[in-house]
Amino acid sequence: MRLFLLTVLNGLTLGALYFLVASGFSLVFGLMRNVNLAHGSLYLLGGYIGFDVAEMTGSWTLGVAAGFAAMAVLGALFQILIFRHMQGQDLRQTLVTIGISIILADFMLWIWGGDSYQFIIPDVLFGATPIPLMGVKYPTYKLFVLLSAIVIGIGLWLFLNRTRIGMMIRAGVDDRGMLQASGINVNLIFAITFAIGAGLAGLAGVIGGSALSLAPGEDLRYLLASLIVVIVGGMGSVTGAAIGSALIGLADQFGLTYSPTYGVTYTFLVMVIVLAFRPTGIMGRQ
Amino acid sequence: MPPPQFDTGNPSRSLIRLELTAGHLVAALLLILYPFGANDFFIVQIGAQSLLLGTVALSLMLLAGYGGMVSLSQMTVAGMAGYFIAILGTDSYNLGLGWPWWIVVPGSILCATIIATMIGIISVRTEGIYTIMITLAIGVALYYLCNQNYAVFNGFTGFSGLKPPAVFGIDWRAPLPFYYLSLAIAAAAYLAVSYFERSTFGLALQAIRDNPRRMHALGYDVTLHRIVAHVFAGFLAAVGGVMLVWYNGRISPGTIGVGELIDILIIAVIGGLRRPIGPFVGAIVFVLIGNFAIDLIDRERFNMLIGFGFLIIVLFSPDGLLGLWDKLTSMSRDARAEEWRR
Repeated sequence: MRLFLLTVLNGLTLGALYFLVASGFSLVFGLMRNVNLAHGSLYLLGGYIGFDVAEMTGSWTLGVAAGFAAMAVLGALFQILIFRHMQGQDLRQTLVTIGISIILADFMLWIWGGDSYQFIIPDVLFGATPIPLMGVKYPTYKLFVLLSAIVIGIGLWLFLNRTRIGMMIRAGVDDRGMLQASGINVNLIFAITFAIGAGLAGLAGVIGGSALSLAPGEDLRYLLASLIVVIVGGMGSVTGAAIGSALIGLADQFGLTYSPTYGVTYTFLVMVIVLAFRPTGIMGRQ
Repeated sequence: MPPPQFDTGNPSRSLIRLELTAGHLVAALLLILYPFGANDFFIVQIGAQSLLLGTVALSLMLLAGYGGMVSLSQMTVAGMAGYFIAILGTDSYNLGLGWPWWIVVPGSILCATIIATMIGIISVRTEGIYTIMITLAIGVALYYLCNQNYAVFNGFTGFSGLKPPAVFGIDWRAPLPFYYLSLAIAAAAYLAVSYFERSTFGLALQAIRDNPRRMHALGYDVTLHRIVAHVFAGFLAAVGGVMLVWYNGRISPGTIGVGELIDILIIAVIGGLRRPIGPFVGAIVFVLIGNFAIDLIDRERFNMLIGFGFLIIVLFSPDGLLGLWDKLTSMSRDARAEEWRR
């Protein structure tokens, strides 16, 4: 029973990490129909930059902020310099993101090498916290990841549902042309959305890199996670990303705990089952 | 608007005819004579490898060009065929079942084609860029499965010591026989796809690519057509995969890693997705860059070179090198016409 509960907690914290990465991916896709296959690279690059800043300033919090800010700027630049000029060409945009991800992966290998990096996290988040009713201790940092995912998830939901820009973004998801026709600068909205999506990937890079470590290959892992999460949860929906992340995180951890050599197949099964019944994902719309 | 023109000629004849032009003959002659002007490195590393990678990329061209389905899992299918060669046959540690080659080779191709069919059944429920995402997810999931699973796929190590059987007393691993076998397979695949393009099924598939709703309304089973396209493409990829595993002599999860899946896409896109010759052109360019990038830039930066090359092609010539070629020839034709008018 204790193993079961621990697996549930592990699954939820992993899901929380997946949510941080996948929510940005889903947001960008929902609005711009842009499958950003460089999203994993943004995660890793954000993590590396955050690591360097944290090393230089000695402040982990600044590292998190730097990871977010650097990727947000890069994301906005991608949108303004490249994707803006090929609107409506879904496939070409996707191919471009593949090209970008190859270049970024090689660039990161060049600058940061093949070593893995480990963040020094603040003392507050270090160690283990006893969990009431379960009688076990659980790493504080993993609880922090869970909490920050919840906070960011709620923040994102409020931003999308309660602010004017959020309203424009949602309108853009539903009908791009109509939004433009009502006199709104769609390009600006697109750039903002891309910046937020990429920034979230960078932020997740620092937070996730602190939970595990930063190394080449992590970009791919989180790209795969984002893909499956949005396929399962549905595109462009924060709630969908949350549900998908929780499902995939749980499937992953249960697979690892109860049948290690076939762990991945659980994640995969979840995806196939969802696709069989809801091709657009759990919260996806037709 | 003028009424649509229908070809009233005998359709069965025009459909079956393959257009064999002078260009085809010259290319065939060059490819057959090529080994006599090249050393073993150029025959196998450049020649055979380009032909085999081109065959796998051709299966993607078929799906993407005619079916509008960009599948990233074609290398996964090829790799699965390679894995089955090891699992059913013999390797250097005798981990496989050790069956005779005339069961192993068709069996591997069959199993990989079945996997391709299942990938098709899962992915055709979705459209457009969703297909890329799902096939990529399936490919990566199978990569992780092979990496983690020791019972069937022998985990991270994979299998080594895989070689083609000595049929007719010929050592098929020797450069010349291997090159000609690769050439025969690539040529057969090329002709098959060229025929496919004009077959009734191929035409229906292209029509579905252009307008699935209309084809559905006309009574075509859109889903079934797409799945069958996956079966055919899977078969091509499987044949290429069997040859590639003999070329490498080994198979491990690295063969079906994401980089490798994307390489196939790069090859097909660089060459051009519109005609079956595109993937082969792309493969030659890709293999040449891979082998000679060391002379141009740092060996380590090969991926950056390929990445930038790919990006430039995608940004400026969506139809790949073939598209560029078409543009150049039509430009010179226009120039000549211009001169004529003066």
